[in-house]
Amino acid sequence: MRARTVPSADRHPLSLFLNRIDPSRIAIYLLLILFALLFLLPVYVLLVSSFKTFAEVQDLSRMWSLPTGFNLESFHAAWYGIPEKGLRGLSNNLLNSLYLTIPATLISSILGSLNGYIFSKWKFPGANVIFPLMLFGMFIPYQSTLIPLTQTLSAIGLGGTLWGLILVHIIYGIPITTLIFRNYYAEVPNDLVEAAGIDGAGILGIYWRVLFPLSLPGFVVVIIWQFTNIWNEFLFAVTILQNPALQPITVALRNLSGSQIKEWNMVMAGTLISALPTLLIYILMGRFFIRGLLAGSVKG
Amino acid sequence: MSMKKLYPILAVLMIAAMLLTACAPAATPAATVPPTQPSAASGKLEIFSWWTAGGEAEGLNALYKIYTAKYPQVEIINATVAGGAGSAAKAVLATRMQSGDPPDSFQVHAGHELIDSWVKAGKMEPVTFIFKDEGWLDKYPKGVIDILSYNNEIWSVPVNIHRSNVLWYNKKIFADNNLTPPTTWDEFFSIADKLKAAGVTPLALGDNGIWASVHLMESILLASMGPDKYRGLWTGTTDWAGPEVKSALETFAKVMKYVNEDHSALSWDQAAQLLVDGHAAMTIMGDWTEGYFKSVGWKPDVDFGYVPSPGTKGTFIMLSDSFGLPKGAKNRDNAINWLKVLGSKEGQDAFNPLKGSIPARTDGDRSLYDVYLQSAMDDFASNQIVPSLAHGAAASEGWVTSFSDAMSLFVANLDVAAAQDAMVKACQTAGVCK
Amino acid sequence: MSRVRRERWIGFLIVLPSIILIAIFVYGFIAWTGLVSLSKWDGVEPNYSWAGLETYKQLFTQIGGVTAKRFSIDLWNTLFFTLLFLLFCVGVGLLLAILLDQKIKGEGIFRTIYLFPMSLSFVVTGVVWQWIFAPGTADYPRGINALLHQLGLDVLRWKWYTDTSSIGPFHLALIPVIIAAAWQLTGYTMAMYLAGLRGIPEELREAARVDGATEFSIYRHIILPMLQPITFSALIVLGHISLKIFDLVYTMTGKGTGFVTDVPGIFMFEATFQGNHYSLGAAISIVMLIVVALVIVPYLVYTFRREVEL
Repeated sequence: MRARTVPSADRHPLSLFLNRIDPSRIAIYLLLILFALLFLLPVYVLLVSSFKTFAEVQDLSRMWSLPTGFNLESFHAAWYGIPEKGLRGLSNNLLNSLYLTIPATLISSILGSLNGYIFSKWKFPGANVIFPLMLFGMFIPYQSTLIPLTQTLSAIGLGGTLWGLILVHIIYGIPITTLIFRNYYAEVPNDLVEAAGIDGAGILGIYWRVLFPLSLPGFVVVIIWQFTNIWNEFLFAVTILQNPALQPITVALRNLSGSQIKEWNMVMAGTLISALPTLLIYILMGRFFIRGLLAGSVKG
Repeated sequence: MSMKKLYPILAVLMIAAMLLTACAPAATPAATVPPTQPSAASGKLEIFSWWTAGGEAEGLNALYKIYTAKYPQVEIINATVAGGAGSAAKAVLATRMQSGDPPDSFQVHAGHELIDSWVKAGKMEPVTFIFKDEGWLDKYPKGVIDILSYNNEIWSVPVNIHRSNVLWYNKKIFADNNLTPPTTWDEFFSIADKLKAAGVTPLALGDNGIWASVHLMESILLASMGPDKYRGLWTGTTDWAGPEVKSALETFAKVMKYVNEDHSALSWDQAAQLLVDGHAAMTIMGDWTEGYFKSVGWKPDVDFGYVPSPGTKGTFIMLSDSFGLPKGAKNRDNAINWLKVLGSKEGQDAFNPLKGSIPARTDGDRSLYDVYLQSAMDDFASNQIVPSLAHGAAASEGWVTSFSDAMSLFVANLDVAAAQDAMVKACQTAGVCK
Repeated sequence: MSRVRRERWIGFLIVLPSIILIAIFVYGFIAWTGLVSLSKWDGVEPNYSWAGLETYKQLFTQIGGVTAKRFSIDLWNTLFFTLLFLLFCVGVGLLLAILLDQKIKGEGIFRTIYLFPMSLSFVVTGVVWQWIFAPGTADYPRGINALLHQLGLDVLRWKWYTDTSSIGPFHLALIPVIIAAAWQLTGYTMAMYLAGLRGIPEELREAARVDGATEFSIYRHIILPMLQPITFSALIVLGHISLKIFDLVYTMTGKGTGFVTDVPGIFMFEATFQGNHYSLGAAISIVMLIVVALVIVPYLVYTFRREVEL
């Protein structure tokens, strides 16, 4: 893995090129800030709407204005629901999302790691045909799998269960996790593998002793990717899990927006709440994401 | 096992059995218990609907309360999915029904939406016996029973009635401009010209997803041909290639000149909001619009007025939310009791004031309903009743989708001939026209 | 059996469960979908009787009437969407990566801002973007039109996704949708390019500078070519997302009047679950799959043939 040491200020190409007080650096910062503002535009709308009252948020001409008060009602309603109105809140479903996303993410990551290991270091005959065939699984339009999927799950007795949905996410996560790890492990020199083999380790021993310890950046990328996709997924969740007590937060959020009259301030508040875990992951682990990409999945 | 060991076991079993019968309430089958006393029916009841928020959810809750008072041992699973036509809710229901795992009862529009799908596929049980047992056959108008029926059986219990052909208007704008609400489309156009000159959008339309335009079109179709021929459109006796349909399309094309230009970006309630903001004067939409106006503080007959949509006075385009009995429902008895609650006077009078619709029964308690709903009840009792296209009563979902696709192109290009051709084809593909 | 061969056999057994699962849940389902597309299934009752290519004729020829018109619009929309979307993601992503590579204070903050939209669900962002691009009317602008009006930039006001006009077969109404999608995924290309840029050894740049090359020519002749594999990879990953796109468009604009923002994903969903036209929905899925395959398969073949040679 080739990392470049960050050059010190005076070796920086641009500052060598121009003089100290750098108009081009100002331009760079300005551009970055402009893009940052554009990127944050929708978030601004989201935030501002969630703090408004129903009457305020209905007035779409005031979409950009700040709320008149710091109104936490919509957050309260989104989280706890309004039982008298039969409106379910998100609180129950946050846990469901965790019950769904954490096992699915971990299991698909480990499977991807093992598969990636085999496809990069232990190519059996036909691996170069089977691997692309596996990858192709990433590319199917998932709406078309809905009907056969639910029928198959019912046939094996997992219909309507949380583990059924977890299995679905594991299966459809196999191609991408395998791909990421395979590319990652391809960067590991084969000498290391051979050396461990000579020392007497078997195929799994080599994995455990040599590759697994090196895998952290790969796991980070895979875990971030899978966590985000599984957390945000809606269609499979709503089709497979009919019991509202089991449904993850994406379904509950969709239900908040109701059928006829939508209370947008509550929907926006609910959106923010349900986005928090993935947001946190990106904020905290963003740096590792880049590092992980650097470490080899970049090669494509 | 030796006899000696058997005795203690038997003894324990007998004691356990006695204790159980002492603790459990009298386990009589639900059918023989008079419906007004809490019964020992137990188990679950899974109800599938898309009533997840607002007045609808409140109404559903009220029905659950009544049910629980009668059958306290039954656990109600409120399986809701937001959306409705053409959305995740339909997808979920379809996959369940086809996997042989139906909910105990599900919300469905009364009429062809149910009949052409699940009934014809043999997945529903007729509920005629419930109507007979409960003595409902003379409590529901004949027009409604006709819409619910197929092959001489009734297939769902309607819990409410909504009206589609209503024109709502902002009273202040009309008063300021000395206008009276239109009774024909010609009157509409002359009023619309005056409004446009005054800087007000004549008709607010929010057809994001195109259904609001289908909704508008059915009122115009009705106005162009009257109730009998309108009914004939859906049975194949009225010619889709005929002059009435052509004139309806021409009227629609003309109406589009008087509609807000961002109509495809708005939903029906955002269009209704245009009236509240004073930017638009009229909107043609079902009577759930009243629920919207009231939710933003408007009052009927004070802030907003209502008349039948132009040219349709005397006819009531109905749509109805109803519940049916799927074959293979796991908790069939509980489901039957649910249907009985829904169709009862008590159930309908609890649900409808909250939802903002009128009961399907003729004996609803008028005092519970506001002034608009009372006028709707009067019209319902006296008018000709015809089924709505946009809301699943008149035609199968496949037909509605084909029709909607034709409307989508028509709204964009206003090509009357092409639209008429497409509508003829839609009827043929649906298997109703030759 | 030699030790190595036994180990390879164990290796095969390790991946075997994955292979079986993919075989059933991917290829099995594709086969089922293909079967349905060749059947007469229309309505809620499954009907597997053979219809041959009837349904495909509905999609592609005059017989289909509005169906064929809609599908043809969909395909052009997909092409337009994909081209602009990829251009935007790659172009802006590269630009942002280059900017961030210039030893920026607060790089972490900028990077998080550009990256975090990826963490949000399309369903959610679709709603917000719908509001932003809702045009309002001439007298009562909304969303971004309202903002432009306040800034005095009325000349930039436009009908956005309600616009039914097109340049040739390309519907302009797709542009706001493309912006929304690009907003969500540009962070991905930015992250890839940033990682790639960081992987280019400083010595290479130094050597070029010593030889007298300008910064721009270093970028043009050394850095950009080295980023090619990333570009390629990004085009593939983002390309297949855009070919299948559904959630975002469905939530943001739906199919649009005159199908201006319709995409095959929406058509398939509505045909199947709104109209109960199962055979039609399946046929649309197969076509989508073939289009995706046309892009992916050459890529896979190219990559793996290259690997075997190495």
